[in-house]
Amino acid sequence: MTPALIDRRQLLIAGAAVLASGTLASAHEGTVHVKIEKMAFVPADIEVRAGETIEWTNKDRVAHTATVKGGWEVMIPPGKSATRVVEASDSVDYYCRFHPNMKGRITVVA
Amino acid sequence: MRTSLIAALGAACLLIAAPLAQAQDKPTDPQIAHIAYTAGVIDIEAAKLALTKAQNEEVVAFAQSMQADHEAVNAQALELLEKLDVTPEDNPVSMALTQAAAEKRAELAALEGAAFDAAYLDNEIAYHKQVNEALETVLIPSAENAELKELLETGLKLFQGHQQHAEHVAADLQ
Repeated sequence: MTPALIDRRQLLIAGAAVLASGTLASAHEGTVHVKIEKMAFVPADIEVRAGETIEWTNKDRVAHTATVKGGWEVMIPPGKSATRVVEASDSVDYYCRFHPNMKGRITVVA
Repeated sequence: MRTSLIAALGAACLLIAAPLAQAQDKPTDPQIAHIAYTAGVIDIEAAKLALTKAQNEEVVAFAQSMQADHEAVNAQALELLEKLDVTPEDNPVSMALTQAAAEKRAELAALEGAAFDAAYLDNEIAYHKQVNEALETVLIPSAENAELKELLETGLKLFQGHQQHAEHVAADLQ
């Protein structure tokens, strides 16, 4: 097997692992990144630990929010990022108040 | 072809479908670009009127976001058209939309206070619904250029969001 083939196989395995883990994000240095692009939270579902930071980066030209009905709201201006430090009670569904068809979910794990 | 296209369109879409059926079965990319841009301009004009008349804070905030969003998307659309070297072309659909919008604006301008707020939101819900149906059934399927199609698809998600936003604000006013 040539090195090129090995690389390819490793890439495929890595790709499969990403697919298998679904849309779940993992924290890098305590921050979980959620991209907002073309009117969607990517990934839409995240697992986080209390004390970690969620950072939303808005790639769209319009303002978005991460809003929990009856709870907190983070404003994310166009082309900017905004963060929230996760609390233990943050297992929530959230949406964009300006575009309620944009939905996300946060699950706090131990 | 003409019959099936019209059949595919809902009654709410008649305003957009009727002129199209008279002109041709399928709008061209320059016409689609003109229709989409015009639809944005109409909602910006409605928002500007609302910002001079609306009383409820939530309605004012809604109008502000309509103005900002549609201005941003139209700027993005112009950049794409320039890049693709496409010149938007006026057409019967754009003209019908513009005329209907002028009549609706005159109707809204005659209202005051809570009556204005409610009528503005009702029209925003109906208008976005109509534009969304046109995007889904005519404009997106007819677009030839892939980048134009993609922008229209993102636009559809944005406008669907606006429709839901308007519905939420209207529900809060009840």
